[in-house]
Amino acid sequence: MLVTGIQYPVSSISLMSTPSVIIKNLSKSYGKVEAISDISLTVDKGEIFGCIGPDGAGKTTLFRILVTLLVPDNGSASVEGYDVVSDFKKIRKIVGYMPGRFSLYQDLSVEENLKFFASSFKTTIEENYYLIEDIYKQIEPFKKRLAGKLSGGMKQKLALSCALIHKPEILFLDEPTTGVDAVSRKEFWDMLKRLKEWGITIMVSTPYMDEAALCDRVALMQDGEIMSINTPAGIINAHKKPLASVRTNNMFKLVEDLLSMNDCHSAYRFGASVHFTPKSDQLKTEVLLQNLRKLGHNDIEVAPISPEIEDCFMELMTIA
Amino acid sequence: MEDYIIRVENLTKKFGSFTANDNLSFFVRKGEVFGFLGANGAGKTTAIRILCGLLKPTSGNIEVAGYDVSRQSNKVKKNIGYMSQKFSLYEDMTIKENFRFYGGIYGMSGKAIREKTEHYLHKLGLEKEKNTVISSLPLGWKQKLAFSVAIMHDPRIIFLDEPTGGVDPITRRQFWEMIYEAAASGITVFVTTHYMDEAEYCQRVSIMVDGRIEALNTPEKLKEQFRVDSMEDVFIKLARGQQ
Amino acid sequence: MKGFIIKEFYHIFRDVRTMVILFGMPVVQVLIFGFAISTEIKDAEIAILDYSRDNMSLELSNKIISSDYFILSENLEDESQIEKVFQAGKVKEVIIFGDHFARNLEKEQSASIQIIADASDPNTANLLVNYTTGIIRNYMAEKMGEQGMPIEIKTEYKMLFNPELKSVFMFIPGTITVLLMLVSAMMTSISIAREKELGTMEVLLVSPLKPIQIVLGKVIPYVVLSFVNAITILLLAFFVFGMPVQGSVILLLAESLLFIIMALALGIFISTVSNSQQTAMMLSMFALMLPTILLSGFIFPIENMPEVLQWLCNLMPTKWFIIIVKDIMLKGVGLAHIWQETLIIIGMTILFIGLSIKKFKIRLE
Repeated sequence: MLVTGIQYPVSSISLMSTPSVIIKNLSKSYGKVEAISDISLTVDKGEIFGCIGPDGAGKTTLFRILVTLLVPDNGSASVEGYDVVSDFKKIRKIVGYMPGRFSLYQDLSVEENLKFFASSFKTTIEENYYLIEDIYKQIEPFKKRLAGKLSGGMKQKLALSCALIHKPEILFLDEPTTGVDAVSRKEFWDMLKRLKEWGITIMVSTPYMDEAALCDRVALMQDGEIMSINTPAGIINAHKKPLASVRTNNMFKLVEDLLSMNDCHSAYRFGASVHFTPKSDQLKTEVLLQNLRKLGHNDIEVAPISPEIEDCFMELMTIA
Repeated sequence: MEDYIIRVENLTKKFGSFTANDNLSFFVRKGEVFGFLGANGAGKTTAIRILCGLLKPTSGNIEVAGYDVSRQSNKVKKNIGYMSQKFSLYEDMTIKENFRFYGGIYGMSGKAIREKTEHYLHKLGLEKEKNTVISSLPLGWKQKLAFSVAIMHDPRIIFLDEPTGGVDPITRRQFWEMIYEAAASGITVFVTTHYMDEAEYCQRVSIMVDGRIEALNTPEKLKEQFRVDSMEDVFIKLARGQQ
Repeated sequence: MKGFIIKEFYHIFRDVRTMVILFGMPVVQVLIFGFAISTEIKDAEIAILDYSRDNMSLELSNKIISSDYFILSENLEDESQIEKVFQAGKVKEVIIFGDHFARNLEKEQSASIQIIADASDPNTANLLVNYTTGIIRNYMAEKMGEQGMPIEIKTEYKMLFNPELKSVFMFIPGTITVLLMLVSAMMTSISIAREKELGTMEVLLVSPLKPIQIVLGKVIPYVVLSFVNAITILLLAFFVFGMPVQGSVILLLAESLLFIIMALALGIFISTVSNSQQTAMMLSMFALMLPTILLSGFIFPIENMPEVLQWLCNLMPTKWFIIIVKDIMLKGVGLAHIWQETLIIIGMTILFIGLSIKKFKIRLE
């Protein structure tokens, strides 16, 4: 890690005084559609907090309220102690925001984009260069290229650089990895980890369940409500039902056949296998094997596994 | 000779000095679920547009559903269906109107359209919603409906361009059940996705890097070949190796 | 602010289409209007009412008719027919010889001819009258040469339906007005709407930039461009059509600046109610361009409109600006003469600035 002497990483210093974000009973509707309803959560200083959920879960609405672009119908929210409605000007000075769509000027070059965003925050690229150095270095060879001509991964890096250029206290990243390929997503999360070391609080949303594991804490969201808030490990521990990974020679028919069984709570395809949850509290491997053989499956593998976040998410959806 | 429904031989597409597709060759079997993966900007979209007859290749022999895509693009278009996350249904029209419109485009008779509409709405359990405007439906329903509309004219191949982006995990899986059902009925499925677990659902997967196909095989064989446990790692190994 | 303005100029200069519209249009439009309106006249149909029917009146009539410009449609018997032939529409000009044309010329060295033209198409009317008087002047010169004595044929003309010939040479003031409106209002409204569409507006709003800074940053480049455009048109008018500015150029430019600011405020106002470039474009087209062209007196003389429309015309800032430009350019008047129009535009400017500041959203709703 490069330490410039101007600024030290503060991850070691405890800043657990007041939370960065406090949300109480927040609601917002567009006409009849309730985008978020009665959401409460807190985000601690310096943590990476993930809002995980599909489109329509209310993530973007929540983020827009927090960056003062929308006014909530009910409830209250504050960012670094400032109220999102009455102190919106103060919040705008201290947040970095990356909206869902890559909001760069396509007809400006990489460098021009960065310069522009620096100037709109009354700062210069040089002043906070240490903060974006890691990220910007990767796109610097293309600094004369127009942003519209960059690949998805590079656009994402530029957008993040632009959101960071004024050294915000807290970053709001709304679906930064949506539509981005797996490699760029991985790189992006590595960058977030490094930013965390500078003491910046990061609130990030994503529809990819596997990214939950990379956050300190997550809120699983669906239809405008929070189904669960916990650490990734906490969410997995809260999942009490037994779970098995099942594979046979006929993967196409497997889900259908598992669902037809009496003792089936759920059966979901999961990569190369099917995740099966029985209705009973115990997984009866033998019975399962027998039943599958009866239905014509061979080469059957059944292995008890611990759930992933996605298993938990689907279970929570089913309960709700 | 195997029964191939898509034959691509030496497909090259250049935009000026930029080569978007560099000498691609691959074959897709009838009724197969074929995954077409690649990093952003690897040239997937260009290749799909060529296969659908929307773009002319710079060179190469490409046959889709038995027709040459550069000379018989109209016949190709009649035999394929297309659906993407971005463009699917008209938001300001009702479910029924969307079915009627798309059926009409493919020259289906009024009776056939009505039958198909009934059939799919029954299957999705949406009979009561047939006069509901699309924009007021949840995303998951929209995607399932869009898929139904895209296959209502019984195409021989359906192209799905990131069909499940942003969809909740349960709906995503229900969507894949629909894909399998379509494949079982003989429709060839050509699908792109950024969800690497979905790559495992395909019978064969090709991975594009910088305009070239760097790997093409069953998910099993690919994982073996690269000595990793998941398609995600296969993908990362391939795409990283190029950078 | 500086960064903002630089960025805005990048946008403008990198978009070839915008550049073509911005700089190609004034040239093309002025040239088209200029040349289309002043095309040569050929075989225009005229009628002659000759009360004298003497050798000289017939000689002059023949001279006029035998030129390539005119064809005799009919000979009239008395004045009551004039209105009828005009209303029939074919005849564009009537030439009237008074009693004793030849005798007056010989005895008093002076006679008069009246020319009445259908000025509902003012440009054509103006040309017809010019050509006719040209022929008459020629005839006069010939006669003077033959007879060696000074004679004078007084021509009086009357423009029917549009007595003051309201839109002759209107195309320069009109074009300046339309273009300033287009560039200022349409371009700003579109460029703000584009930021909304791309999502960059979200980032700008969340930054500490004040709304007024965003607005000014958007507006200043277009003020500059509009100015360049106005000057281009004036130069074209001078060098291509020989149309000098009679009054103070500085006053003209100052008035233009005022009008530009008004149009920009209007553009921002439009952008506050439109979320996409398309809506902004449509709103500008229908809310600005059409009324600007149709209800400003640019093409259709306001005097000929029904009263309701005339009343509507008063609400069009363009009407007042066209008057200002025309008065300065053609009549050479000073501020003393046009202060009322100027005040009206100042009033409208304040109104639109107020409205757009009030409507400019600091949030997304």
